Amino acid sequence: MPAVIDADVVRHVARLARLALSEDERETMRRELSGILEHVDQVRGLDLSEVPPTTHAIPLQNVLRDDAPRPSLPTELALREAPEVAGGGFSVGRMG
Amino acid sequence: MAGLTDLTAEQAIAALRAREISSVDLTEAHLARAEADDWHAFLAVDRDGALARAREIDAMPERPPLAGVPIGIKDALSTRDLVTTSGSKILEGFRPVYTATCVDRLERAGAVVIGKTNMDEFAMGSSTENSAYGPTLNPWDRTRVPGGSSGGSAACVAARQVPWSLGSDTGGSIRQPAALCGIVGVKPTYGAISRYGLIAFASSLDQVGPFARTVRDASLLLGHMVGRDPMDATSLDWPDPIAVPDAERLDGVRVGVVEELMGEGVDPGVRDAVEAALRTVEDLGGTLVPVHLPHSRYALSTYYLIAPAEASANLARFDGIRYGHRTDHAENLLETYENTRAEGFGPEVKRRIMLGTFALSSGYYDAYYGQAQRVRTLISRDFEEVFSQVDVVASPTSPTVAFPLGARTADPLAMYLSDICTIPVSLAGLPSASIPCGVSDGMPVGLQLAGPALSENRLLATAHALETALAFDTRPPGLA
Amino acid sequence: MSDARWEAVIGIEIHAQLLTRTKMFCGCALSFGDDPNVHTCPVCLAHPGALPVTNREAVRLAIVAGHALGCEIAERSVFSRKNYFYPDLPKAYQISQYDEPVCLGGTFRYLTEDGERTVGITRAHLEEDAAKLIHTGGDGRRAGAESSVVDFNRGGTPLLEIVTEPDLRSGAEAAAFLKQLRQTLVQLGVTDGNMEQGSMRADANISVRPAGREAFGTKTELKNMNSFTFLERGITAEIARQIAVLEDGGTITQETLHYEPTPGEITSLRSKEEAHDYRYFPEPDLVPVVPDRAWVEEIRASLPELPIDRRERWMRDLGLTFEDAEVLSETAELAGYFEAVAAVAPPKSAANWVRGELRAQLRERGEEPWESEVTPAALGEIIAMAEAREISMPNAKAVLAEVVATGAAPREVVEAKGLGAISDETELIAIVDRLLAENAAQAQQLRDGRDKVVGFFVGQAMRATQGRADPARVGELVRERALGG
Repeated sequence: MPAVIDADVVRHVARLARLALSEDERETMRRELSGILEHVDQVRGLDLSEVPPTTHAIPLQNVLRDDAPRPSLPTELALREAPEVAGGGFSVGRMG
Repeated sequence: MAGLTDLTAEQAIAALRAREISSVDLTEAHLARAEADDWHAFLAVDRDGALARAREIDAMPERPPLAGVPIGIKDALSTRDLVTTSGSKILEGFRPVYTATCVDRLERAGAVVIGKTNMDEFAMGSSTENSAYGPTLNPWDRTRVPGGSSGGSAACVAARQVPWSLGSDTGGSIRQPAALCGIVGVKPTYGAISRYGLIAFASSLDQVGPFARTVRDASLLLGHMVGRDPMDATSLDWPDPIAVPDAERLDGVRVGVVEELMGEGVDPGVRDAVEAALRTVEDLGGTLVPVHLPHSRYALSTYYLIAPAEASANLARFDGIRYGHRTDHAENLLETYENTRAEGFGPEVKRRIMLGTFALSSGYYDAYYGQAQRVRTLISRDFEEVFSQVDVVASPTSPTVAFPLGARTADPLAMYLSDICTIPVSLAGLPSASIPCGVSDGMPVGLQLAGPALSENRLLATAHALETALAFDTRPPGLA
Repeated sequence: MSDARWEAVIGIEIHAQLLTRTKMFCGCALSFGDDPNVHTCPVCLAHPGALPVTNREAVRLAIVAGHALGCEIAERSVFSRKNYFYPDLPKAYQISQYDEPVCLGGTFRYLTEDGERTVGITRAHLEEDAAKLIHTGGDGRRAGAESSVVDFNRGGTPLLEIVTEPDLRSGAEAAAFLKQLRQTLVQLGVTDGNMEQGSMRADANISVRPAGREAFGTKTELKNMNSFTFLERGITAEIARQIAVLEDGGTITQETLHYEPTPGEITSLRSKEEAHDYRYFPEPDLVPVVPDRAWVEEIRASLPELPIDRRERWMRDLGLTFEDAEVLSETAELAGYFEAVAAVAPPKSAANWVRGELRAQLRERGEEPWESEVTPAALGEIIAMAEAREISMPNAKAVLAEVVATGAAPREVVEAKGLGAISDETELIAIVDRLLAENAAQAQQLRDGRDKVVGFFVGQAMRATQGRADPARVGELVRERALGG
């Protein structure tokens, strides 16, 4: 049985993902996600307890970097693309 | 000038080396076509930058390996100071502060970047219709899609705006548009090319790769990009240099024909063209072996759990604080986030962020994401089994030829099915190429070849031999 | 606890910034107090397309700490993404470790006056620190601030998070544990342990249960304790609060609390918009860390003696008190200095001199023993001369003062200033006899049984000899000569 995508789930997931959705968008999303989940549900029923998960198709290990400083960006370049800057920092505006 | 834009990169390099042509003239000829852009293949054309670089290369006493040949770069690749949007409104006007490693390597080797190519937003799509800046049209038929997500990079090569280009492939985004535009596209082994500077869609699947009109050109370009990059922990030390193939025979080569990808869901016209091409394998001395990928039927589901899950995290950084779009409608932090992202992302991106967030969320991880990673193991094992019997596997690249604009936009699942043949290979991280192998319904058909990890040289040699025998004309009919 | 009917159960989570040169996943230099956003790059600003690469030194320091915590160093550890939105977290996920941390299950031993205690270590894992938010307007905190800006200098600093078992029972115990944990990590060069600057931070999980009951009560998480004092006070206050609630028949709500040091108050952090759901999944941009076992062993072999082992050895082999050992092992430098002195002088005297006179004299000059003119050999020589009564105690201190000031050799100071003790008994007897004669009234008092007057004659004798007499011997002689033995 596919997981039930109802309005509450859509609202909860949209909040987790920080996406404002209108009521119409939520309904469309509910319908589309339900359809996709119905399709992907075929993998849920498989008994794969003996199968290890693949996180990397090509296995590597211990790719580490020497602790050697590299030049940082000039501050004006770091800030160049920011929508709003104040006092050398990235402005967030009013938070709370 | 038309002559200059018909040259393959290899021919252009020879002419540049012999000083028969200049990089400035070659670049100017391609710029003119890129600027006219009847297919909306480009999102940005960098005339000044390209010509300046061409002049520099022309002035060099000895030409660098790529000699000043123009190239188009998918807009998913970061290019310093050159606007890079990944096809999204959320990055409108964004000028990166650094250049992707692969682009940097090509520029050092003498490539001239003439512009950034159109794509589905954040590489999510199979038609380039998800670009926030409007779709790219197929040079073979302007009423049809070029495929995607690297539709701009495929169309610009087919339309002779550049001899070659870079795309990125997560579930088929190089191979499928190459097939739909009648050109060559190569997705190398995962890790062959550094992803540093490739705007991430699904990190465990994303790979950069070349588009070209010949396998030899694609091989040449690939050869200048592969190898370990200290900035990408998943990049690979490359064992042998990529050879530009020249063999025309397939003696002793065993080609596996994937039964699961030849049957149901594949258009008859596509199947006919692929089968005809496979007969050529035997003509060239190779053997055909029917093979099975029993778990490939789970590949689409697996992909549509893994890729959106990774994407949901990769796209979380677009929050309107350090770069990109920020909403004007926010009283607090939550509204800044939610409205910025709601305004900046298009519908398909939102859909996948939602799907991926859901698949990772508490109580569902094991059933969806965790399970998908296990199926991924089974799919890799299928390939291991198959490659104990054959050297390469073959299938259609896309189950259909290019479809009309708008035909699948209303149905996400129908769109996802476009990648049914390319996704299994992506999940296994294997090298794969699409070469044009025939025509159906007046549109080109692609043949997908794939091999074991790091087997690029054999794969490209096979592709080249077939390409030579098939003698497909990559020039779209009626192209001006 | 003061209330015997209740038992508190406390576990601590420690975040320690690692002493690397560069950040966890990029080559930006670490810094403190620089102008905002001068140590950033595409990686730590989370620019599109940028990728993390793990700092080898951070892994090494985690293994060092793991050894000191008695942990198993995992055969394989992986990084995961911990997803949540906040402006100080540029990727909107923190690269951390989830189900496969670098260090597993250990035991940290620490000393109290009652002997050795242990705290179970659940795990220790690597992660990256958040950036710094600066709130302007209002009172400098988020609530009420007109606007906030982000400084990414700190963002991406390597952190080791250490999680303990709920083995602690009081604020005092927690503070003692944390103090020694900090000391150990600092002495091993893992962190600078500066709690005020935030390079080491501790949160406490606290619950109470009726004494004798197995099951845990509902726990709260207490944050913002940036000193040992605040940690102890905060935990003590929270335990008292919980007991009061329970005794009133109330229930404890699982929540995150903030300790406000100035009024000493516990406040609840603003409730979140939704329960956290971090959606951990393996970081696809990084590959597993599988430390070479030879490397792990090499790190173990090169570890210096742990502070607790050193303290126990001093108490056992050198006869030091708990307090001596505690004070002298405060820093690795002090411990090393003391050991060098104790190698050439009786350890107990060495401890007294280093803790007492030496530190007192150096404090005025703002110097530490190991950076002063007083070499361990010189101090050892002064102690040896004093113990052999070659110089009197007051003169020994005077010699030390000269060595502190000039670095001269102690024996040369003694000779140049004629500070050597009078070893000729007849000379001392002559002085005592003279003093008894010159001070007949006091001599009579002595003979009348007022023994306190001995002190007067000793003082006179010390003055007459410029401190070169042995005061104890003088006292004996005064009694002998006055009372006729």
